Amino acid sequence: MTPTRRPPTRGLTAIDGAIALIAVLLIVQMWLLTATLETFLAGHRGPALPAAIVSAVLFAACFALYLFIERLDRASRRPPPA
Amino acid sequence: MLWREEFSLHAAEERYVARRQFGKFLVLSSLGMLAGNVWILVRSLLGRGPAPVGRAVARTGDLPVGGVKLFRFPEDHDPCVLLRTAQDTYVAYSQKCTHLSCAVYPSNDGRRLECPCHEGYFAVEDGRVLQGPPPRPLPRIVLERRGDQLWATGVDDGSTES
Repeated sequence: MTPTRRPPTRGLTAIDGAIALIAVLLIVQMWLLTATLETFLAGHRGPALPAAIVSAVLFAACFALYLFIERLDRASRRPPPA
Repeated sequence: MLWREEFSLHAAEERYVARRQFGKFLVLSSLGMLAGNVWILVRSLLGRGPAPVGRAVARTGDLPVGGVKLFRFPEDHDPCVLLRTAQDTYVAYSQKCTHLSCAVYPSNDGRRLECPCHEGYFAVEDGRVLQGPPPRPLPRIVLERRGDQLWATGVDDGSTES
């Protein structure tokens, strides 16, 4: 008897949710970069450090979500135990 | 094998590959945003250099009343504009608009400095904002007369930030 394949949509909702979260974080990061650049060009140097720190935190969150996607993806493709 | 992960043999698994690659693209974009912020931070830190050294910018007789001369101070990448507004009155400002760093130029009547990018206007007398989006006055270049020469000796940006 051949092993039954798992449903092909397994984990897709979670992956979609994670991608949506990454997209939201990316939009915030874009706004942050634009605002920081504008203040820098206006001669204010103070916000550069906190903006860089917040941007790093946002990137770390995006990367963590991507690792979550990778893990889900691998788990979904793994053949079922015989 | 690696290629099997990126080029799935099963059509149903293509959805996973597409989502994973899209997620990778988003994360790389996020890395790009971070790189941009770090670049701004580095530029901010590098900009806090030592106090500027004086530099001769013009001879007093070279410039007629209403005349304009461009020079660079304190560094070679800092454009400035020197104006003779009266017989014995000289003023100099940074040429970078305080809005988005476009170059400002004297108007035809010589009574104000104009930023052509977003129509910001500054008073020639003290660099204050007359109109438009610039949030601050133009940084003023401190001038000093040494004999028949004008020297730029400092930058007064009017802020308390270091």
